[in-house]
Amino acid sequence: MKREWRMPLTILSIAIFALFIWWAQNHLNAYYIRVLSTAAIYIVAAVAYNLINGVTGQFSLGPNGFMALGGFTVALLVLPVSQKQIVYFLQPLIWPFNSFSLPQSLFIVALLLAGIVAAIGGIIIGFPTLRLKGDYLAIATFGFGEIIFVLANNLISITNGALGIKGIPEYSTLMWTWGWAIFSIIVVSNLAKSSYGRAMKAIREDEIAAEAMGINVFFHKMLAFTVSAFFAGVAGGLLATLITTVSPSLFMFTMTFNLLIIIVLGGLGSITGSAITAVLFAFLQELLRTVEAPIQLGPIHLPGVAGMRMVVFSLLLILAMLFYRRGLFGRKELSWDLILSIFERKGEGVGTTWKKEKMKLS
Amino acid sequence: MDIQSFIQQLLNGISLGSLYALIAIGYTMVYGILRLINFAHGDVFMLGTYFAFYLVMIFMLPWWLSATLAIALSAIVGMLIDRVAYRPLRSAPRISALITAVGVSFFLENAGIVVLGARPKGFPRPEFMSHTYNLGGAYITGVSIWVPVISVILLLVLFYVIYRTKIGMAMRAVATDMETTRLMGVDLDRVISYTFAIGSALAAAGGIMWACKYPQINPLMGIFPGWKAFTAAVVGGIGNILGATIGGLVIGIIEIMIVAFFPALSGYKDAFVFVILIIFLLVKPTGILGETLKEKV
Amino acid sequence: MEKGKNEAILTMNHVTVVFGGLTAVNDFCIDIQRGELVGLIGPNGAGKTTVFNAITGQYIPAKGEIFFEGREITGLKPDRITKYGIARTFQNVRLFSELSVLDNVLVSYHARIKSSFWEAIFHTPRYLREERTFYNGGMELLERVGLAEMAGETAGSLPYGQQRRLEIARALATGPRLLLLDEPAAGMNPEETRQLMDFIKRIRDEFGLTILLIEHDMKVVMGICERIRVLDYGISIAEGTPAEIQANPRVIEAYLGEEERENAEA
Repeated sequence: MKREWRMPLTILSIAIFALFIWWAQNHLNAYYIRVLSTAAIYIVAAVAYNLINGVTGQFSLGPNGFMALGGFTVALLVLPVSQKQIVYFLQPLIWPFNSFSLPQSLFIVALLLAGIVAAIGGIIIGFPTLRLKGDYLAIATFGFGEIIFVLANNLISITNGALGIKGIPEYSTLMWTWGWAIFSIIVVSNLAKSSYGRAMKAIREDEIAAEAMGINVFFHKMLAFTVSAFFAGVAGGLLATLITTVSPSLFMFTMTFNLLIIIVLGGLGSITGSAITAVLFAFLQELLRTVEAPIQLGPIHLPGVAGMRMVVFSLLLILAMLFYRRGLFGRKELSWDLILSIFERKGEGVGTTWKKEKMKLS
Repeated sequence: MDIQSFIQQLLNGISLGSLYALIAIGYTMVYGILRLINFAHGDVFMLGTYFAFYLVMIFMLPWWLSATLAIALSAIVGMLIDRVAYRPLRSAPRISALITAVGVSFFLENAGIVVLGARPKGFPRPEFMSHTYNLGGAYITGVSIWVPVISVILLLVLFYVIYRTKIGMAMRAVATDMETTRLMGVDLDRVISYTFAIGSALAAAGGIMWACKYPQINPLMGIFPGWKAFTAAVVGGIGNILGATIGGLVIGIIEIMIVAFFPALSGYKDAFVFVILIIFLLVKPTGILGETLKEKV
Repeated sequence: MEKGKNEAILTMNHVTVVFGGLTAVNDFCIDIQRGELVGLIGPNGAGKTTVFNAITGQYIPAKGEIFFEGREITGLKPDRITKYGIARTFQNVRLFSELSVLDNVLVSYHARIKSSFWEAIFHTPRYLREERTFYNGGMELLERVGLAEMAGETAGSLPYGQQRRLEIARALATGPRLLLLDEPAAGMNPEETRQLMDFIKRIRDEFGLTILLIEHDMKVVMGICERIRVLDYGISIAEGTPAEIQANPRVIEAYLGEEERENAEA
């Protein structure tokens, strides 16, 4: 397929999709809009998570912590001052958050700040751990998520403790969530495909060899981790303004676990794979709600079992790792070439194409 | 703070610390051999307490027998986890085994919620653990005395196994150089199995004593002690059993002392361990006793 | 210091590397002149690879100093040293096995990138130009080493001999002036070895390289090296031309000793 065709095709399909989103926002009922938005938020978080775990090969368990940072940041920024006075009845909210709130027109600023706060958190965690070889990142990020939970419960004058913050304006429309989803896919897959991404993949494959080829390992791990934390923070902010409340328990480890399932099933290292499984997962999660609800099978009544969904998900993850480790896409990306190669015969290798181009030039 | 209450707190810290040490040993042994953070280890600790709970409450077994059986059952669970979830991934990229470990951990926690119920259960602690002793004016509960004593006994048994038995020698050999040890005809899978069994047994023993100290058990009780114990293993020098013991004691004592000296900060006591971890990773990532693990180039 | 100032491209002064009490390399000194092809030989475990690791920064020497083109590089991080102009291959091939052959080579160009990652993300013209230059350079290089046909294959799927060749190509792509080859002929059949010898001589001339190589295959060492250094138990025991080394009684003793050891084990 001709290279010049790819860009217009991509733009065209994004335009068609944008039309669909616009239609959906106006015609679908609130339930479907919420599921679709959740899917988009999963995309933002999962695609970013895949950058550090799948592309760079560094095992992070941090997204829930970064999403919490982003979620609380947005909540503090956009919650109306009057609502703040109602919510914070245990202890008053600290200055300056008690005296202002961003209008809807500045929602984008709130989201960017959410991403920046999370990215700073990422730098703080990444600096001590990513210099070291080994799995210190995993243990530090896991602890970080738990510590955010502890802090959110205790810093009542900022987070309102275990009660959380209610009444956040519902700014996250489908346009916002899907806009960010598409933006994150473009940014992360461009990064992964770029020279910087190649360096990250080299680190995943063999850290010592990558270093010996002149790659600054620490810098590239930090870059991947910080970008990943930024988008996780944005995802947290979108989530806060979708469900209109944040509380410490919203950002428990389960969130990271869900994202882990998504990136494993989509194929560690495949950005588009994560995006597709993120959508599937959002719907699967809704379907599996029925598992936890009471079931009436004729005369037999099965009481609902809380926690059953997570049992199913964890088994799914273990089985995928044992028997289906490459996931849906392996490390391939969904691209026009891949779609067309299903219809066409096998394409030419990079080498022959290059030779042809060279011949044309001479 | 007067000297009596200081001693009281110190003993308290030592008893908490020896529990962290018992859990940390399992992490450090597995990491030393497989370079794998066994996330499910904290959940084996939780299972140990439930085994003991049901053996006492339902099977009405005497306390010492329940505890012994619970430890044995946990050892089997530990071996099973390795057999089913980790062994097939020995030659896979390391991140695969880590992800699986997270999966197993989450499975045990949620299966625990489904099967055992999310509501905390009161743990039936034996009388000698809850009894209060008066030692020269300082009032000390049985837990603070017996936990360190039993832990020391367990540690002595462990060191005997590691340094004086054939399987212990095999474990040390595998941790030093897995490939060479395998070439010399040692059955790696068997050695790794025993490692999981020993680590899980110690975690279960720690769990049962934990439940005597904090007699409320629930399926998620293993998460925090597990993570702190892993931090203890890092602080002590990952891969080093004595280091894990020291790390556990250090973390336990610091945690108790922070709460004792700064009661206002008690809500943050779990956060301090995190700060300790980050400081160690910045200043001395090899831990108190650890040597630099050099990767062969 | 005085040695660091002469014409040598690489100078090692009294370098000692210790692993927890065990001295792997003891008081190692060497001067390598620009354009030379030097062999480093010795029985197994003599510390040859450790010398490489000390030069490239994987290990930090306990004592001694290392100069490259008059600049001290002792204790610098491996990526810095590579950027200064030293590249290496590994004894047990360490390719990025899941990446394509072309990508393996392109990774080495990354250290020279001028565009920031922002430009890379948003595909600015400057970035696209740079990427194009890398791509052309990488393909050019692959063609010169005879791997252009395989550019799109996964590196791990190549036959062993080609993997070794790709590793050398990857090292060349970093633009080195000094190339360290760690047992390049290991596991090759006589025909492949013969091709490899020609290949090494050819790249030295074409790329204007200085080469230091570790090799067990005496045909290779004697056939292409102009100067040979012999290590045993971490200590230099001899240096000279191939002819001199072959006649040196201490070298013969060291190698015979190894054979005796092997016989005793068998």
